[in-house]
Amino acid sequence: MLKILKYSFYDLMRSRWSYVYFVFYLLLGFVLLFLNNNVSKAVITLMNVIIILTPLIGTIFGVMYYYNSKEFTGLLLAQPIKRSTIFLGQYFGVALSLSMSLVVGLGIPFIAYGIFMSDAIWDFGLLLVTGAFLTFIFTALSFNIALRNENRIKGFGYAILLWLFMAVIYDGIFLMSLMIFEDYPLDTFSLSATMFNPIDLSRVLILLKLDISALMGYTGAIFQKFFGTNFGMFLSIGVLALWVLIPVWFIRRVARRKDF
Amino acid sequence: MIEISQLYKKFGKNEVLKGVDLEIQEGKIVAVLGPNGSGKTTIIKSILGMVVPNNGDIKLNGESILKKWRYRDSIDYLPQIANFPHNLTVKELIGMIKDLRKQKKAEDTPLIKLFKLEPFLNKKLGTLSGGTKQKVNILLTFMFNSPLIILDEPTSGLDPISLLRLKELINSEKKKGKTIVITSHIMSFVEEVAEEIVFLLEGKIYFNGTISELKKKTEQPDFEHAIASILTQSYA
Amino acid sequence: MNWIFVYICIFFIVPHTGMLQAETIRVCKKCEASTIKEGILKAAPYDTVLVQKGTYKEVDIRIDKPLVLKGENYPLIDGEFKGEIITIVSDDVTIDGLFIINVGTSYTKDYAAVRVTRSENFLLQNLVLEKLFFGIYLEKSNNGRIYHNNILGDAEEEYNSGNGIQLWYSNNIEIEHNTISRVRDGIYLEFANNCTIRNNKSVNNIRYGLHFMFSNNDVYSNNTFENNGAGVAVMFSKEITMHNNVFQDNWGTASYGMLLKEINDSEIIGNTFKDNTVGINIEGSNRVTYKGNDFIGNGWAIKSRGACYTNLFLENNFLFNSFDLSYNSRLNDNKFENNYWSNYAGYDLDKDGIGDIPYRPVKLFSYVVNNTPEAIILLRSLFVDIIDFSEKVSPVFTPDNLVDQFPKMKPFAHDRN
Repeated sequence: MLKILKYSFYDLMRSRWSYVYFVFYLLLGFVLLFLNNNVSKAVITLMNVIIILTPLIGTIFGVMYYYNSKEFTGLLLAQPIKRSTIFLGQYFGVALSLSMSLVVGLGIPFIAYGIFMSDAIWDFGLLLVTGAFLTFIFTALSFNIALRNENRIKGFGYAILLWLFMAVIYDGIFLMSLMIFEDYPLDTFSLSATMFNPIDLSRVLILLKLDISALMGYTGAIFQKFFGTNFGMFLSIGVLALWVLIPVWFIRRVARRKDF
Repeated sequence: MIEISQLYKKFGKNEVLKGVDLEIQEGKIVAVLGPNGSGKTTIIKSILGMVVPNNGDIKLNGESILKKWRYRDSIDYLPQIANFPHNLTVKELIGMIKDLRKQKKAEDTPLIKLFKLEPFLNKKLGTLSGGTKQKVNILLTFMFNSPLIILDEPTSGLDPISLLRLKELINSEKKKGKTIVITSHIMSFVEEVAEEIVFLLEGKIYFNGTISELKKKTEQPDFEHAIASILTQSYA
Repeated sequence: MNWIFVYICIFFIVPHTGMLQAETIRVCKKCEASTIKEGILKAAPYDTVLVQKGTYKEVDIRIDKPLVLKGENYPLIDGEFKGEIITIVSDDVTIDGLFIINVGTSYTKDYAAVRVTRSENFLLQNLVLEKLFFGIYLEKSNNGRIYHNNILGDAEEEYNSGNGIQLWYSNNIEIEHNTISRVRDGIYLEFANNCTIRNNKSVNNIRYGLHFMFSNNDVYSNNTFENNGAGVAVMFSKEITMHNNVFQDNWGTASYGMLLKEINDSEIIGNTFKDNTVGINIEGSNRVTYKGNDFIGNGWAIKSRGACYTNLFLENNFLFNSFDLSYNSRLNDNKFENNYWSNYAGYDLDKDGIGDIPYRPVKLFSYVVNNTPEAIILLRSLFVDIIDFSEKVSPVFTPDNLVDQFPKMKPFAHDRN
């Protein structure tokens, strides 16, 4: 698998889009830091960018890469390589190169600015970790979509829809249901609803750092336990890891049965 | 060499293979023919494990290949459409395929010369023309020394000289005693290289034998007409 | 001028009276008095009782004449949890340099380490109080000074703990440079007017760092209130001045940097509110000026619970709060002007340092959270940003005139001295 990963990674690392993506983060980092001159503000803006953009890019790149390398995949399938190896290799290639663009693209300006000297280093590190998680999750989801849809227009459509649902619509429904059922105890519901959407989960993980003082204002015991201790942090990271593992497992499963 | 028994395959509602039984003997050049959608490519892909059959079995040298992958080491496959990662150069691609099957020695240099690919070695695959890509494709197939070679539409996009070279290649491989399975629409090419014909019609084997047997069966003087007569008969 | 006056006092008045009248009675195992009580008994008014280093297991020490009770190298007075330790019932008493521990706990009586009852002109300084119920308790005593004491409790529950410094019907008191921690309320004032509370540190207390009610014309400045159960509560008072205090790390569901309730005609200037669940919670407070404060990283910088009129918010910094302002009324009579808001996204084309478009500090989402507290989990979600934006464009729920017309482009560098 490492070989496939290596070649997919090289392939992507040379593609124009990886550069565009990398340069985007590089510029964003420099603009945020050196125009604002404030790490805290930069971290807040970055959070908004990361939890929306990394899933979108992960989804689009995943679907695009899968469809574009379809014939090449055919070539690989005829080689003495295990099927799941091919797809997992490609998947990790895409996810890794995207995460690299993110981490290096943002890392350079922040290091240049002196993040290591700053208190915000943990917030920033957490941002990068969540960004990488989101990239891995959404690339895996998009691979699943692409593997199940031969028609690439359809595949693209579903992928964008998935992103739109997770990034916006889900929260809309979530908020509506909270408001409709406000007479009932809702903290278990709201925490579990968060677990079922990786974007929300990442957002909450960052909230734990940025907005803990506001989060502590709510009275529920479960909330208190979740936000007040490290429990919330560990649980969120654990569930994010599940969000990577389960779609990856599905990639393997679909890849084993699919005809090419 | 290859034994296919009772092979069934459905794509959705579309039944492509309806119980194919086929034996391909070692050292033979076999052409799999048939109209579009008759299941040629599906059979080939089943042998390669790219299509998972609904029923039936495929054996290579007596062993079932279903759900296995190591056996592909003994197959060289030329896919129909040659499309490679755009950002790799020809050289890197060759290196990569070699890397992926490094248990074998590869003879790529004579083939590069044969198809005059030297000027393209450092070009990115995305910039190559269709014909050049097909040459690279052929190169990747023939550079290994596997006992079974499967060629899916090998002639597409080739210029006459390259076509000639391809025929020479096939002949020299045959002399080494290899088994070669070809699909093609170019009847003259098939007639020239194939020893045996497998004719598929609507998911079943309609005919399996030599070209002269086919001519005899259809009572036609030449190969092309023999094929045409099968088609007109079956659709009549 | 002041200094000259002080020198005059030192050189002429103090030695003069001292030499003529005051004597020193020493207290130690082998001294003329072996207990503090005995020392006090032997002392004449205006004498000094000098307690030498050692341990004195005494309770109910009653000081009923003007004198100085002074410790040398912090002698230890151990109350053995039997009750109150020192009670002052005379004017002109000074207590200095004692280490007092183990005050009795009672559910019926408020035992204190040091209590001053109906007395004037007292000075309590350099005391260390530990394991206490109440620390320093003033009742109906005026014109005193509580200076440089260290009060460290071990309170765990509200119902069986007392306050660090408590004033009840006591006016003109100066409370300075004290450190109070782990008691119920750090400093508690009830009916205490014209007091000055300066440079104290009140941290890690069970309930309030500072708590006052019905106490007018007081000045609070340069104090630090940190990590107290419910922060600071300021209620039913007027003409209060609060300058340059720091309120921070007060986290919890009912926790505030500062809770203002029925506070009128006051000034809140130059304070720092940092990392609190709520910076200031305001209820029914009118004509208060909030100027030059820093609100940094709070959940809510300001939560206005209604009935607040003609308040002024000028030149404050609002930096990285989850919500700058929560407001639960559709009417607004308060004025926000010239503040810096880190959430402001406007521009300054004429380069005068003031944003060209007004800032709306109240987000629609803060209303949602007021009604449905669980919704806080959707904070900073894209969906929430979208509804906030639409509310900003055409306000439906938030008061139309609740805007800062002149938001600053750069934060203020407040001078805190």
